[in-house]
Amino acid sequence: MVDITYHNGVVTAKLFGEIDHHIAPSIRGEIDAYCESYRPSRLILDFGKVGFMDSSGIGLIMGRYRMISLIGGRLEVVHIPKNLKKIFVLSGLENLGVMK
Amino acid sequence: MNIVNSMKLSFPSKSMNESFARAAVAAFLLPLDPTVAEIADIKTAVSEAVTNAIVHAYPDAYGTVYIEAQLTDNGRAVIKIRDKGVGIPDIKQAMEPLYTTSTDERAGLGFAVMQSFCDRVKVRSTVGKGTTVTLEKTILRASYGKR
Repeated sequence: MVDITYHNGVVTAKLFGEIDHHIAPSIRGEIDAYCESYRPSRLILDFGKVGFMDSSGIGLIMGRYRMISLIGGRLEVVHIPKNLKKIFVLSGLENLGVMK
Repeated sequence: MNIVNSMKLSFPSKSMNESFARAAVAAFLLPLDPTVAEIADIKTAVSEAVTNAIVHAYPDAYGTVYIEAQLTDNGRAVIKIRDKGVGIPDIKQAMEPLYTTSTDERAGLGFAVMQSFCDRVKVRSTVGKGTTVTLEKTILRASYGKR
């Protein structure tokens, strides 16, 4: 699901496994709890170990973008696997400038 | 074009069944020897359709989600995801990218994903009766082996 660490103003959430509508709310809850406690200047979502994702993952990213913007931080989405590129492109998330 | 194999599934509209549904459909297609990308496309499209049924068709109580899938001898997979839920009043609007009636961080991309990941998507719906989404995708270089 997700492993989260905090270091030097940065929350890093390493997601793994499958992200769908069933699992997304608990990932969201864990990430948001970290961000509320630490109020980081940067939130990094690492998709390197995600094997499957549907549009629930896109909703998760858009929601975290809003959440981190509200507390004055910025979002980075890193290590997007090749097999997920298609849904990222379709989502238009590239236009938010968060994909590294 | 002949139907060479078919299957039916039904399960309660619990979100834990989303992974079961897409994995079951993917497993059914394996005899066609699809590519990893084709399997990913099908799994994603099925996940979207099943999630729609779970979230939107049965908003207040659990209902049953039905899946029927067929394989044809020209490598076409036809997958129907059906519910007996509330139905969609305006299909055209429901299929618009970013349109969502949900407040729970849904991206509103379900139908856009289905359309982009399949060759053909058909939606039939009657308010109060339910919805059927039909996904069609040809598995290129489909091979049935010597079965």
